[in-house]
Amino acid sequence: MNQKSLASLIADLRVSIIEMLHEAKSGHPGGSLSAIDLIASLWFQEMRGVESASQLAQERDHFVLSKGHAVPALYAVLAEKGFLPKDELKNLRRTGSRLQGHPDRVRMPIVEASTGSLGQGLSVALGMAMGLKLDGKKSRVFCLMGDGETQEGQIWEAAMAAPKFGLSNLCAIIDANNGQIDGPVSQVMPIEPIADKWRAFGWHVLDIDGHDLGQIQAAYAEARTRAEAGSTQPVLIVARTVKGKGVSFMENQIGWHGVAPKADEAKRAIEEIRNGNGGNSK
Amino acid sequence: MSGKATRQAFGESLAKLGETHREIVVLDADLAKSTKSELFAKKFPERFFEMGIAEANMIGAASGLAFAGKLPFLCSFGCFLTGRYDTIRLSVAYSQANVRLVGTHAGVGIGDDGHSQMGLEDVTLMRALPTMGVFQPMDARETELVMDYLVKEWKGPAYLRLTRQNLPDLYPQGAVFRPGKLMSIRQIDSSRTQVALIGTGAGTAEAMKAAQLLSERGIEAQVWNAHSLKPFDEEGIRQMAPGLKLIATVEDHSVIGGLGSCVAEALSQLPQHPPLVKFGVQDLFGQSGEGEELFELYGLSGRKVAEGVERALKSSH
Repeated sequence: MNQKSLASLIADLRVSIIEMLHEAKSGHPGGSLSAIDLIASLWFQEMRGVESASQLAQERDHFVLSKGHAVPALYAVLAEKGFLPKDELKNLRRTGSRLQGHPDRVRMPIVEASTGSLGQGLSVALGMAMGLKLDGKKSRVFCLMGDGETQEGQIWEAAMAAPKFGLSNLCAIIDANNGQIDGPVSQVMPIEPIADKWRAFGWHVLDIDGHDLGQIQAAYAEARTRAEAGSTQPVLIVARTVKGKGVSFMENQIGWHGVAPKADEAKRAIEEIRNGNGGNSK
Repeated sequence: MSGKATRQAFGESLAKLGETHREIVVLDADLAKSTKSELFAKKFPERFFEMGIAEANMIGAASGLAFAGKLPFLCSFGCFLTGRYDTIRLSVAYSQANVRLVGTHAGVGIGDDGHSQMGLEDVTLMRALPTMGVFQPMDARETELVMDYLVKEWKGPAYLRLTRQNLPDLYPQGAVFRPGKLMSIRQIDSSRTQVALIGTGAGTAEAMKAAQLLSERGIEAQVWNAHSLKPFDEEGIRQMAPGLKLIATVEDHSVIGGLGSCVAEALSQLPQHPPLVKFGVQDLFGQSGEGEELFELYGLSGRKVAEGVERALKSSH
């Protein structure tokens, strides 16, 4: 899919996120909107074997959403690709629904890992990458984390392990929106210089604008090319993003971390997304 | 003591099962020599992953390996593994990951190393997790049988609790292994039986010693072994209870949430039942010492169990 049609598609996904959260009356708009460009680019451009729900390949790439609270962004993508009926998105967070408030691999296997307690997804993705490598498969594993999430110690245990096992089939992404519940990441518990830290742990690190579709695609392509060329390094993409991206009154507002828009707010948000460029900076 | 540590029997069994079950992978966190996973590591180095002193990541990675179609055994001391509870809860149990958590160095029986190395609440923690099975064999033979079951039949997550110290061979020759069921290992004519002693892991050998001592004093006790604490054989307890003057449980674990609690939960469903005495660690932490001395100190040696049973029988008259 080319960048122009992807940008227009992502605008629809942003609208879908707003509608879903409004309907559910709870959820996390800030981190869903900051992550959607990264997730959509993966599923519509980069990942292999997931072209559509009906053509799900036995040997395919895998995606773990470690920052599980951004799952509305993933549901929007999965619905667009046909893994869920779009109608079902209104069931987000409803009793008995498989659209749980955080990813649930038992109820919905395509989400790959149950997450929501932060810091755990990278270890699961690491294990998947180890298993695929052991079987000599070409499939790759992607894992999206939050920047605040990297305050968890388990992340660094996994960061230490991936280079040891030569997992170039593992590509981690940090959605660096500098926002977490209690305030800016830089104040709550500073993580910078985050790229240097991961480099020191043995990762190949790319630092990009996480809303520039060109930069996102290029970074994913570089990770793939390196894996195909026999690199033994895992890749980390630090994607600089804006919390609440695409909706002016949500952007960089910590208050929109975990609050759903009311009817008038949802209407304004959708109008902005429709009238704007869908949130992509380029 | 003759016999073998259940960790040793586990390591041998794992290395043997690895020959026919290529899906088995093993992870350890810098304790492979102690957990005996090294026996597998030496034989199948390509399927062994040394994860370093980083248990939480090991647990999550095991789930990922399970999702990739492997059957991971991850090994450490029971207290270190189950201490990473949130990771076990979400990445393993909630995810129904087909993972085998192997916690060795169960209880005060490990001796010298003391409080921080003793798994004493691990069964409680693991029993509380939906989907998690909890198994604790009493000797080497039963360890092999439980391992066979965990590899060939059990689906979903399971916790296997093993001892550092040697345990005597108690498994009755030729007995049929019935997964999840209590096993009688000292049968007494029911007309003469006053007491049932139920053990698990290292506790079963102490229950046997206690039964011998009690017999010398004219008190006849059946002895049962529970290799499975979840699922627990509640039906077995309900069948055993009528007619008994006393039931006692023996475990090298906290009495809060362990075997004693399993039996109490089963008995509480009966309109009438005999009193229950729970021998084990009574809401205390461990400490350094000789394992056998600690069994005396914490009141779970055969001698202490026999004394306690006799006392309880007298006071119930």
